[in-house]
Amino acid sequence: MDYGHSERPSGAVALPTAIKILVAGGFGVGKTTLVGAVSETRPLRTEEVLTESGVGIDDLSGVEAKRTTTVAMDFGRITISEDLVLYLFGTPGQDRFWFVWDELALGAIGAVVLADTRRLADCFPSIDYFEGRGTPFLVAVNCFEGARHYRLDEVQAALNLDPEVPVLLCDARQRESAKEVLITLVEHAMKLREARRSAD
Amino acid sequence: MTVQGEPADHQWVDDHAGPVVRPYAVTGGRARPVTGTFDLISLVKATRTDVSPEIGLGPEHLAIVGLCQRMQSVAEIAAHLDLPVGTVRVLLGDLVARSLVQIREPHGTVGVPDNSIFEAVINGLRAL
Repeated sequence: MDYGHSERPSGAVALPTAIKILVAGGFGVGKTTLVGAVSETRPLRTEEVLTESGVGIDDLSGVEAKRTTTVAMDFGRITISEDLVLYLFGTPGQDRFWFVWDELALGAIGAVVLADTRRLADCFPSIDYFEGRGTPFLVAVNCFEGARHYRLDEVQAALNLDPEVPVLLCDARQRESAKEVLITLVEHAMKLREARRSAD
Repeated sequence: MTVQGEPADHQWVDDHAGPVVRPYAVTGGRARPVTGTFDLISLVKATRTDVSPEIGLGPEHLAIVGLCQRMQSVAEIAAHLDLPVGTVRVLLGDLVARSLVQIREPHGTVGVPDNSIFEAVINGLRAL
């Protein structure tokens, strides 16, 4: 903690710390909608500009001819307390931007994988990613109007998930529903953390 | 900006073209900050209420100081100023070097946050 250091520059105050949760899933599945349903601000969009030659360059002179790609991420904010701010980040959908995901996933307390039962396969890459990385995640099935309703155990089986991974239905437009998804995720992350600690 | 020889209806500057200024023009071509790494959710607050223009500070630096009179994350600064995150990181490095902003690194970049954080998040979400 940084409180009480006398060498702080004048005007400095104790700042809260931030924490993040990721919202992943296929294109058009409702990631930004879910972020917007709980965020205290309308979802904002931030962009990373990447050069084709990739990451790790320090000097951009001479790269004018290389093509750049923009990766956009939508995010929202929830002030939890004076000391804590939660950010929700929608992950960029394109699979080739895994290194952006790596940056996003670093330090995240967990991830919501939103699924649409009409296009269930769209969430496979997200699930593979979080499984591989050991990031706590759950699957929230966004109930679109007119979508055929599957039982949760059918979705769990279709996604070949570990039995401990929570699967729940949600309506990404509804604040209460989005809240429930996030609370379930944090409880799951806490449980996993306890289990991993006692296994050590 | 049109490419010579291309017909005018091939102009690429439309709503989807994004900013017309190249992303690192405002940093003088620098792609890395002089100091700091700046996570997307590092929180930033200005240490002074106003900063007069001085050598080495551009309008974007001053805009960040203005915006960060209220605490903002790096991602929020980028979104509000419509600048790429990498550009904002470079500008923040300049401001940190001059002690014009203070930074709070996020939880969890080193190790996993403890249970009290999880519980605070759960309670905070319930109270929404």
